[in-house]
Amino acid sequence: MLELTFFNVTNGLIIGAFYALMAIGLSLILNLSGVINFAHGGFLVIGGYLAYTLRPYIGFWGALIVAPFLTAIIGIAVERLLIRRLYGRDPLYSLLLTFGLAFIIEDGTRQFWGANGLPFSVPEGLTSALSSKFFFITGYRMFMVAMVAIVVGLLFVLLRYTRIGVRIRAGTLDLETVSALGVNVRALRSLNFAVGIFLAGLAGVLAAGQIGLEPTMGDSLLMPSFIAIIVGGVGSLTGTLFGGLLIGVASGLTAVIFPSASEAVIYVMMAIVLLVRPRGLLGEEGMLT
Amino acid sequence: MTPKARGLSQQGRHLAMLAVIWAALVFAPYWMPLFGGYTALGTRVLVLGLAAMSVNFLLGFTGVLSFGHAAWFGLGAYGAGLCLKWVALSTPLALLAGTVLGGVAGAILGVLLVRRRGVYFAMVTIAFGQVFYYIAFQWSSLTGGDDGLRGFERQPLDFGPFKIDLLHNDVYFYYFVLVCFAAAAAVMAFVLRSPFGHTMIAIRENERRARFLGIPIELHIWIAFALSCFFMAFAGALYALLNNFADPRVLHYSLSGDFVIMAVMGGMRRFWGPLLGAVIFVVLQDYISSVTVNWMSFIGALIVLIVLFFPRGVLGLLGQRRTA
Repeated sequence: MLELTFFNVTNGLIIGAFYALMAIGLSLILNLSGVINFAHGGFLVIGGYLAYTLRPYIGFWGALIVAPFLTAIIGIAVERLLIRRLYGRDPLYSLLLTFGLAFIIEDGTRQFWGANGLPFSVPEGLTSALSSKFFFITGYRMFMVAMVAIVVGLLFVLLRYTRIGVRIRAGTLDLETVSALGVNVRALRSLNFAVGIFLAGLAGVLAAGQIGLEPTMGDSLLMPSFIAIIVGGVGSLTGTLFGGLLIGVASGLTAVIFPSASEAVIYVMMAIVLLVRPRGLLGEEGMLT
Repeated sequence: MTPKARGLSQQGRHLAMLAVIWAALVFAPYWMPLFGGYTALGTRVLVLGLAAMSVNFLLGFTGVLSFGHAAWFGLGAYGAGLCLKWVALSTPLALLAGTVLGGVAGAILGVLLVRRRGVYFAMVTIAFGQVFYYIAFQWSSLTGGDDGLRGFERQPLDFGPFKIDLLHNDVYFYYFVLVCFAAAAAVMAFVLRSPFGHTMIAIRENERRARFLGIPIELHIWIAFALSCFFMAFAGALYALLNNFADPRVLHYSLSGDFVIMAVMGGMRRFWGPLLGAVIFVVLQDYISSVTVNWMSFIGALIVLIVLFFPRGVLGLLGQRRTA
C-alpha cells in the first residue's frame, strides 16, 4: 500500500510538473494580453511533431532544443498576423479566434503527418529504470521533471531580474502605464506570446517521448492546465505552478483510493477553491475577475 | 420623417421581418427540398438555433460569456434519453426530465460562477462543462460511455382519440419541434421585454453604474444564467429526440464553441441573430463535411474570418448599413 501510494504520488508530481509547464505558458499569455489561448494544445502538438521530423537530422537532443524555438516562431507569426488585431476588443473574440485556430492546427497536423499515432523514442540512456525497487521512476521521467524545473526556474529568474521580465510583470498589472513610460508594448506582447508558445512546444517534445504522438494529444492536457490556473489563482505565475503540481498529486493520490475518480478529482478541487477562496490560492484580489 | 412616423415605420419593418421569419419556418418542409435540403436538416437547424439563442440570451443580452453551455445541452439530451429508456415511454415527460436535469444542474453550479467576470468566467465555465463530459464518458453502465446512449425512441404524442406519429414522419416531428421552439422563443422574448430583461441589458452596458443604482448584480446574472441553462437543456432534450441517441460529444466544449460562433455569426445583439447563424453554420457544416475530409480546417478558417472581419455578424452588418 505504502509503495503504491508512493508510486502514485510520484506519478502525480511528474504529471503535475507537466500540467504546470503548459499552464504557465497559458498564464503568461492570459496575464499580459488577456487572451485565453485555446490553440495552446495545438502548439504543443506542433512542437512534438516538429521534433519528430527534425530528429533523423539532428538527433533527440537537437530536436529537443530546436523544435520549441521553431514552434515559438510560428507562434510569433500567428500573434502578428491574427491575434494582435484583437487586443483591446472583447475577450470573446480572441477566445473564438484561437478556438478556430485549434481546429485548423489539428486538421493540418492530420494532413501533414497522418491521423495515426507515431512513435517517438528517447535515447537509450534515459529509458532504463533507476532502481529495481522503484521500477516506475525511469530516467526519462526524472529527466522530464528536471527539464521542467530548469526551464520554469530560468523563466522565474528572467521575470524577476531582467529588464524585460520586469516590464512583463509590470504590464500584467497596468499595461497602460507601462506603455506611457515608453515601453514598446506591441513588441513586449509578441515576445511574451512567443515565450508562452515556446513552453508549449517544449511540453510537446517532452510529452512525445512519454506517450508518443497523436494529432489530438493536446486536448487532454488543455483542461487540466485551465484548472491549474484557476486553482492557483489568475494573475499569479507561482500560483499556476503550485496549482499544476497540486492537481497532479491530488489526481495521483485519488488513483490509489478510487481510480475511476482520478480525473474528476481535479474538478472537485476547482469547485472547492472557487467556493472557499474564489480568487484562487495565490491570486490577487481584483485581478481579471 | 417625424420621429413618430419613423417609429411606426420601424415597427412595421419589425413586424414584416417577424412575418418573413415565421413564414419561412412554417413552410420549411415544403420549400427546403427545392434547394436540396431535407426535413431532418431543418429540424436540426431549429434545435441548434434554439441552443444558440439560449447562449445569446446570456452573451448578447447580459454580456456574460459562457463557453461551457454544451454541458447543459448535453445534460438535457441525456436526461431525455434516460427518461425514455428507463422511466416512461412519453415524449413530453422526456422533454421535461431533460430540461429539469440540465436546468437545475446549471442553476446550482451558477452559484459558484456568478462572481467571476470576463475571461475568468469563460474559463471556469469551460472547465465545469468538461466535468459532465468526463462523467458521461466514464459512467458507462448508465450512459453507454464513449459509444453513447442508445435504445430509446421518441414516442407518438397521445391525445386520447388520436395519436401523432413523431417517429416515422419527419414532417410531423419538424412541426412538433417548431411548436416547442416557438414556445421557448416566446418565453425568451417575454423575459427580455420585462423589467428584468431591461435590467440585464443595463448590466451589459455598464455593470458598475447598474450596481450604483442598487441593482443586485450577482442575483440578476445568476437568474439570467439559470434561465439560459433551462432553455439550453430544453434544446438538448429536443436534440436527443431528434437523433434517438446521445453521446458524450454533446457535452464537449467544442460544441459550446459552435454555439457561441453561431450567435456571433448571426449577430449577437439581435434576438434572431443566433437562429440565422445556426442556419448558416449547420448548412455549411453539412455541405463541407460531405465534400471534403478537411472540413475542420474550413470551419476553423470560417471562424477566424468572422472574428477578424465580421465581428458584428450578419444582422449587425445589415443594421449598420441601415443606420448609416
